[in-house]
Amino acid sequence: MAPQTLVLQVDADSGIRRHGREAYPYECCGALIGRDRVVTEALALPNSTDEGPRRRFLVRPVDYLVAERRAAALEAELIGFYHSHPDSPARPSQYDLDHAWPALAYVIVAVEQAEPRALTSWRLREDRSAFDQETVEVEPR
Amino acid sequence: MATKILIPTPLRGYTDQLDEVEAEGATVGELLANLTTRYADLRKHLYAEDGTRRNFVNIYLNDDDIRYLEKDQTPVTADDTVSIIPSVAGGGWS
Repeated sequence: MAPQTLVLQVDADSGIRRHGREAYPYECCGALIGRDRVVTEALALPNSTDEGPRRRFLVRPVDYLVAERRAAALEAELIGFYHSHPDSPARPSQYDLDHAWPALAYVIVAVEQAEPRALTSWRLREDRSAFDQETVEVEPR
Repeated sequence: MATKILIPTPLRGYTDQLDEVEAEGATVGELLANLTTRYADLRKHLYAEDGTRRNFVNIYLNDDDIRYLEKDQTPVTADDTVSIIPSVAGGGWS
């Protein structure tokens, strides 16, 4: 499949990076809301993992529903989710792959020593065998 | 007897973009079996290769997680709503 493009409006991009910095050395997570592959809002959600937040994140069902309802309220779509990788590359881990949902964008921001660096986006292959990376463009306000 | 099932955004591509479908069954397990028979491509995202439901797939009967009811044996009626609600999990390289 040809690579797709995910557009982050600049406030969404800066919101993800800010959340990654604030959560460091733990992982942050949140939802990507927008329309037609343009993310207009990065909605911060609690990281509810009990497996160690330095290397794991979890969006519980109740918070997933918050994201769906926020998208509906904006007459928009739930495009995907973001999370940070503190002191770890901005590419999906096996754990990310094992837990991925189809049709969603998975944005990962690497945070090195509290500074957000590379930001990438990925989509699960239909056969669940791997992620495919997609291009990320940041759209000015 | 048909019961309503709410489909989350990432799975709507497998249900003709419907956010709500109906399926027949007397228990949650029967309902989901009928759902994944009708929409076969859903199966691999709900169940692992060994047939167990993936642990980040949550099934709610009305407002209750069926893990705390009778799991797949939980009875359903036409007045109930069953929801498939994702947990979203992941993490960095260990």
